[in-house]
Amino acid sequence: MNIPSELKYTSDHEWIKIDGDVVTIGITDFAQSELGDIVYVEIETEGETLNKGEVFGTVEAVKTVSDLFMPVTGEVIEINTGIESNPESVNTAPYTDGWMIKVKISDASQLDELLSAEAYQAEIG
Amino acid sequence: MEDLKYTALNKVHIDLGAKMVPFAGYNMPLQYSGLTEEHNAVRNSVGMFDVSHMGEFIIKGSKALDLIQKISTNDASVLVPGKIQYSCMPNGRGGIVDDLLIYMLSENTYMLVVNASNIQKDWDWIQSQNTFGAEMQDISDRTSLLAIQGPKAVEALQSLTDINLADMKYYTFEKGKFAGFDNVLISATGYTGSGGFEIYFENEYAEKIWNAIMEAGRGVGIMPAGLGARDTLRLEKGFCLYGNDIDDNTSPIEAGLGWVTKFTKDFVDAKLFKEQKEKGVARKLVAFIMLDRGIPRKDYDLCDVDENIIGKVTSGTSSPTLKNGIGLAYVATEHAKVGTEIYLSVRGKQLKAQIVKPPFV
Repeated sequence: MNIPSELKYTSDHEWIKIDGDVVTIGITDFAQSELGDIVYVEIETEGETLNKGEVFGTVEAVKTVSDLFMPVTGEVIEINTGIESNPESVNTAPYTDGWMIKVKISDASQLDELLSAEAYQAEIG
Repeated sequence: MEDLKYTALNKVHIDLGAKMVPFAGYNMPLQYSGLTEEHNAVRNSVGMFDVSHMGEFIIKGSKALDLIQKISTNDASVLVPGKIQYSCMPNGRGGIVDDLLIYMLSENTYMLVVNASNIQKDWDWIQSQNTFGAEMQDISDRTSLLAIQGPKAVEALQSLTDINLADMKYYTFEKGKFAGFDNVLISATGYTGSGGFEIYFENEYAEKIWNAIMEAGRGVGIMPAGLGARDTLRLEKGFCLYGNDIDDNTSPIEAGLGWVTKFTKDFVDAKLFKEQKEKGVARKLVAFIMLDRGIPRKDYDLCDVDENIIGKVTSGTSSPTLKNGIGLAYVATEHAKVGTEIYLSVRGKQLKAQIVKPPFV
């Protein structure tokens, strides 16, 4: 299972790339593999400010549907329009082309609560 | 939780890198390379499923047919050796114990093929109805079952047997030599709607037969396929899944299984079902496709245009063939007509859908 060491993670199987006060968020290789073939990612929260733990979208696979949770509080400033026409990129490139949203964070201290690659690896076993 | 059971091919699946999941008490392959790829292989070429979790009962003796006629909605008296019939077992309260296949093996000998999740329940039920003294035998634990499904199934398998597979009619079977093993039952049946065969044999041959089929089918690109693809394939054809679309609280008349409910003979709940057929039922199992973008899932509500709840989804998926949401649902009969526009409640939104005549594909 691919878990890039430069990223942060959550127990909800999301990855977070930190770039100043803007973070990029997607789902992990483990998450896409558990979901199976992804057919549709629905994110309709662009421009909204959401709290940590709130749902920012949903990902629909052939067999199942899963909510996407905010790993930190902030404003959704950009969504990846590429996955609308090409949702399978979440399966094939979860850490690059398959990214989901960019968030302007409200409270940088929340970043300290995120998991390191090693801690996430230990969590998924 | 009871201990998981394993089919004779468990190691083969793990060696192939399958994602294994517990299903009906068995450790089963959900998928190998990926659901969509496996689904497409079956629609366009051929795929192989290990469905050894299914249950098989032998019913024997001079009263075997009497017992089967009592527990089964379809009329088994029309069977001849070599023929197969789809049917339902009513539960005495107007619901369904299970759906099943009935094989007439020879005069006074039948094989019932039942769902894995219901093996014990079915056995107990049939025993309770066996006032005839028919001999019953559960051969589930020693029987393996492979489903080789798809338009190229004949091409994939023909080199392994002298039985002329292309000549076999749907819902018939033959017993013979297959991949060097005697007494293999080859059945022209399946749950995918893409044609093909189901092959029953003793567990001890399982790995050798699996490998022989993979080898023989290599030229037509045979792929192992898991339960995920099995579900999307059957749903695209509108086939019922026990536990989703039919169960102990649904009647065959509600479920659109009137075609296997024959009032030419008496059986458990016959009177009730006849009345339902004549007077009509309050709800019906329907097929629907999404007009708006969205994917139906089991237990989602269906509404009319005024947002009144009119039914509930029993099976739903994104159809790999249509790339569109499809589903089965029970809806109030006044909304069940083909062409009716209905709405699927998805996360607080009402998405437009339409009732269609199955199959979807």
